[in-house]
Amino acid sequence: MIDVIDYRAGNAPSVIYALERLGIDCRLVSKPEQISTSDRLILPGVGAARATLESLDESGLVDPLTRRVGEGGVPFLGICVGLQVLFDRSDEGDTRGLGWLPGEVLRFPVGERVPQIGWNEVRPTREHALWEDVPEDGHFYFVNSYYAVPADPADVLGVTDYGLEFCSVIARDNVAATQFHAEKSGSLGLQILANFARWTP
Amino acid sequence: MLTKRLIACFDVIDGRVTKAQQFQDNIDVAPAEDLAARLYDDQIDEIVFYDITASAQRRKIDLETVRSVARHVFVPFTVRGGIRSVDDMFEVLKAGAEKISVDSMAVRTPEIIRDGATAFGRQCLVLSTQVKRVGVRAGLPSGYEVFIDGAREATGIDALDWVRRGEDLGAGEIVVNSIDRDGTASGYDLDITRAVADAVTVPVVASGGAGTAEHIAAGLTKGAASAAIISSILYSPRFERNLGVRELKAELVDRGVPMRPYLS
Repeated sequence: MIDVIDYRAGNAPSVIYALERLGIDCRLVSKPEQISTSDRLILPGVGAARATLESLDESGLVDPLTRRVGEGGVPFLGICVGLQVLFDRSDEGDTRGLGWLPGEVLRFPVGERVPQIGWNEVRPTREHALWEDVPEDGHFYFVNSYYAVPADPADVLGVTDYGLEFCSVIARDNVAATQFHAEKSGSLGLQILANFARWTP
Repeated sequence: MLTKRLIACFDVIDGRVTKAQQFQDNIDVAPAEDLAARLYDDQIDEIVFYDITASAQRRKIDLETVRSVARHVFVPFTVRGGIRSVDDMFEVLKAGAEKISVDSMAVRTPEIIRDGATAFGRQCLVLSTQVKRVGVRAGLPSGYEVFIDGAREATGIDALDWVRRGEDLGAGEIVVNSIDRDGTASGYDLDITRAVADAVTVPVVASGGAGTAEHIAAGLTKGAASAAIISSILYSPRFERNLGVRELKAELVDRGVPMRPYLS
């Protein structure tokens, strides 16, 4: 069973539809006690990092999430803003993040159209269960004005070019996240979700 | 590198896609979810669902059809028509859409762009604008005027002034729909598309008039658009032969336009 975290600023239903298409057991969760007993978690995201964190905080989800993923060690997938909030801080509204991973989130430099909207190539930087049956030049759907800069290069799992090369996929222990919208990236995005469902970190 | 996008636009009435010509003479095509599923299978990059009578009838958007489409397509999905408040936007996003497109409503109440962008992020807010070439005159330095309500009402607002303001208020993407070209299959209005792309830093989408792959390529190169909205070419019964996404992408790649690779 995959628990998809539902909060005001998120697009959890789209993730549920994608998992249902794959025949994967899933449900929306929005209460602390549901997260405390979860076996596998997805944090979807659209929009702003600050709104996402405030929304999670108001719902009392930050502590149970941090405990379940940190001490509990359950597999976790962040999507889009669900990746950006994992770091120490974000330039977006000068927001403090969850701090699960060292690093920060910066705005794309001047020169490219921002937000980046569209399908861009993701190049895997190392082997990982998430890449099973995904080609090396796969294209995925991005919508972002900000990008993560992990302080530890070992956390990077995939990179993408947009004005500069940025980290588009991360993984460390039981925590993984994609800057692109896996639930909206066609058959390759669905493959990533299917791989996450089977992942045993 | 970021590729250019092909966006299929559906005009929907009562859950069914219809095709109009210059905002008139609608003919029925197919149930929205069936056409959406077919185009998803054909690897369309994105879909825009336009509830064309919601605004005119002052009713809420057809959320059931939005949900049904969202269950069939795993590419980005924008909803347009009938959005009057941040709460309306919230409902549409919760029904499975990624983006909200505002048009006439935003001209009447520009703050809705700012409020929506604040609540959901600017990438959720698409400003769609209907423009018509009227010639340069006082108050209309670009020679293009913004129209609203299905292109029926002139606003006296200059197209470039409006898109700049929309960007300042928080729009994350601008759709330039040429009223003169809509449904004519004579090609996008490249002049205004390019002028808008030069006026803003967010992505610009060409709309209205694509009849061939060459038109689409021109919109994405000479027009400097990041994406092209197409509809007739894909499914209009008025077209002698509709083209598939695969065929269109192959022609675009031949013309040097970077596209998401078609997966066999």
